[in-house]
Amino acid sequence: MSLLGQLFPSSVLRPMELGSDGLIVLTVAGLLFVLTRYRKWGWLWREWITTVDHKKIGVMYLVASLVMLFRGGVDALLLRTQLAAPNSTFLGPEHYDEIFTTHGTIMVFFMAMPLMFALYNAVIPLMIGARDVAFPRLNAISFWVFAFAAILFNISFVIGGSPDAGWTAYAPLTELTFNPGVGENYYLLALLISGIGTLASGINFVATILGMRARGMTLMRMPLFVWSALVSSALILFAFPALTVALGLTMLDRLFGSSFFTIAHGGMPMMYVNLFWIWGHPEVYLLVLPAFGIFSEVVATFSRKRLFGYASMVGSLLAITLLSFGVWVHHFFTMGAGAAVNAFFGVSTMLIAIPTGVKIFNWIMTMWGGRVRMTVAMLWQMAFIPVFVLGGATGVLLAVVPGDYQFHNSYFMVAHFHTMLIGGVVFGFLSGLYYWWPKMFGYMLDERQGRWAFWLYFIGFWVTFVPQYLLGLEGMTRRMYTYSAGFGWTTLNQISTLGAFIMGAGFLVLVFNIVYSMLHGERDLTGDPWDGRTLEWSLPSPAPEYNFACLPTVAERDTWWEAKREGGAVAARLRAGDIGPIVMPKPTAVPFFIGLGFFVAGAGMVFSWWVVAAVGFAGVLALLVAGWFDYRDHEELSRDVVLRAEAAAGRVQA
Amino acid sequence: MSEAMHTTPAPDGGPAGPPVLPTPAETTKLGIWLWLASDCALFASLIATYLTLHGQTAGGPTAQQLFDLPLTLVSTFALLLSSVTMGVALEALQKDDIAALRRWLVVTALLGAIFVGLEIREFHHYTVSGLWFQRSDFASSFYVLVGFHGLHVSFGIAWILSLLIFTFRKPGGITRADHWRFEMMSLYWYFVDVVWVVIFTVIYLLGKVG
Repeated sequence: MSLLGQLFPSSVLRPMELGSDGLIVLTVAGLLFVLTRYRKWGWLWREWITTVDHKKIGVMYLVASLVMLFRGGVDALLLRTQLAAPNSTFLGPEHYDEIFTTHGTIMVFFMAMPLMFALYNAVIPLMIGARDVAFPRLNAISFWVFAFAAILFNISFVIGGSPDAGWTAYAPLTELTFNPGVGENYYLLALLISGIGTLASGINFVATILGMRARGMTLMRMPLFVWSALVSSALILFAFPALTVALGLTMLDRLFGSSFFTIAHGGMPMMYVNLFWIWGHPEVYLLVLPAFGIFSEVVATFSRKRLFGYASMVGSLLAITLLSFGVWVHHFFTMGAGAAVNAFFGVSTMLIAIPTGVKIFNWIMTMWGGRVRMTVAMLWQMAFIPVFVLGGATGVLLAVVPGDYQFHNSYFMVAHFHTMLIGGVVFGFLSGLYYWWPKMFGYMLDERQGRWAFWLYFIGFWVTFVPQYLLGLEGMTRRMYTYSAGFGWTTLNQISTLGAFIMGAGFLVLVFNIVYSMLHGERDLTGDPWDGRTLEWSLPSPAPEYNFACLPTVAERDTWWEAKREGGAVAARLRAGDIGPIVMPKPTAVPFFIGLGFFVAGAGMVFSWWVVAAVGFAGVLALLVAGWFDYRDHEELSRDVVLRAEAAAGRVQA
Repeated sequence: MSEAMHTTPAPDGGPAGPPVLPTPAETTKLGIWLWLASDCALFASLIATYLTLHGQTAGGPTAQQLFDLPLTLVSTFALLLSSVTMGVALEALQKDDIAALRRWLVVTALLGAIFVGLEIREFHHYTVSGLWFQRSDFASSFYVLVGFHGLHVSFGIAWILSLLIFTFRKPGGITRADHWRFEMMSLYWYFVDVVWVVIFTVIYLLGKVG
């Protein structure tokens, strides 16, 4: 195949893709123009690209994840538009396959995961009283590896062609014989590369939380969000390797002619499915547990009460973590592993409902008798409870093995996992975003607009997914690109599509809310706008680069709340004599170029350009060696600098 | 009260504690442990794949026909011996005998190189004997698992060499504050050796007896 034909097959020359080309060129040109016109290149380089500050890395994760939410959301609307009418020709079958594949992949790997890391980076070090994460440079590497992997995945639909085997990429759909383009190579390489960043982040946050907590902050004094980040990061360590192996072996099958998952040569496609879900089920918990942690912070703060049942909250987190490794077969009961195996995994799946139920009751009991303030963050928290209970109940239905033979791969299942991932993960992360936004940026998100975004999104959610449960019960299966009018699915599909557009409107209001608040939002001058309970609220908003001028000592749970009760408004003031010089990590461009090197290597492998791939990998190795021998990776902030900054913020005792 | 939350007196009532960054050596070591734990899961997945697929020889050579236990035993002993020499090197480090440290690190790296060299020779031998990478699923899963371990050993050799360079380049010489760098690397090296014991058992011993 000619080079041009390889880069631009017919699938990227459809009107929709060509239109996107135009938009991409316009957007990039616009960005370049603005950066040059306002002389922002130096700022971009110094303040962002070379930063190792966890707070700024968090902001970059957030921006990337919102962009990906837009792309994944547009994909969703295209799918729903196609399904709004029977026998629709809006998208062809191949096009539909590509779009549901990119929708799922982007939402899980490039929207939800980075949004989780955005919140970890933004607040975990602040909550535990640390000055940064354990390995600041590794943290920057994680981000840039993720960012370039996301770019690699996203260019597939305009250069070379989209992957089209679903976000799960089962064999034999990914077999070279049946899927000869480069689309699946993009999928494999992008996810393998971003997996490196994810694993590094997992190590980083476990080490940070276990090794860098403030003096006196025992495990059982940690805020629940820190607990959830700890177990979720631990899940990364043990779950992601299975995905790496599943994807890596598929890559070997496609690029190097092995046949791990090619049944014709003795390979086992089911081996892939097992490996994928040994990662895949812990994955959904590692996404939803941080959301649980956020809810625990939000509900306590806005009920002005201690979290009810702290120890049982921790216990149920740990129980869910352990159980999550014992349920993966429920994704393929219909494979026919036999009654005993299916029964085991059915029961283990149902067991997870118990610790989850404990948490739900604890959140309700925290509100009980509290003085509840209905902020936007709290609205998302309260909306989550009924949605998640519905999702959990349908999950238990799916865990009933004979029932699953009916529900399997139907829209009932589609509706179930969207209920869990939107109602749990998205609601949770949005709640956390509204809650911690003032801490991240120094201004509040407008609450009135936030309510609009919330209600649109919340109502749109029900309108979208309730019809999908019903469609599933009526026999509509997942991933079908069209249906005939005689099936009687038209009305429900139309309602569902309407709901999707309402959710889209909610997203637009959210973006408007962010832009409006950036310009006109109320500044947070107190650093503690919600009357918070945990250490991050003892700092100014946004926190100074060193976070804590003096490292705090913790004597109990909800330290900041207790300190305020004892010390009143001056609780945050420091004594000048306690302030000393602070050692901070130095900015570096190495992480950015490591990401770039992986991008080059990945692109080379996608197209089997081995020289390009070798150059990319050699670049990564050279950068690692250079970084390894760079012993001057820290610098000292003098006492004067720290003292002046703190005094300017009015935080030093007279 | 408020001061209680913000001052950082040392437990013995001495001056305020040291700045938190750079990351304490203990936390860095914890990071290595976590990485190794994750690596265990990776090897476990590959071993599971091998155990699932090793019977799929597609009419090609089998483990019993190809494996040469005495040769593998030599490379196994080279690797196990390297764990001993690594221990001796760390012992020298404890005694601040930097010359001995360098000497034993070189010996360790050489033993590792012998192991990798024998593995390359073994792969070459199998390939020309009819068991190339794509020949069967047994072949693919064997090469991936053993080769992945070989990459680990090679990475370890590179790590040892980089620390050797470090002993020469470090301004002011090696002090107590640098020990964690060597301890981290040794953790990794022992881990790679232990994994080899598992691989040797699962692939070679079980492969030979069927």
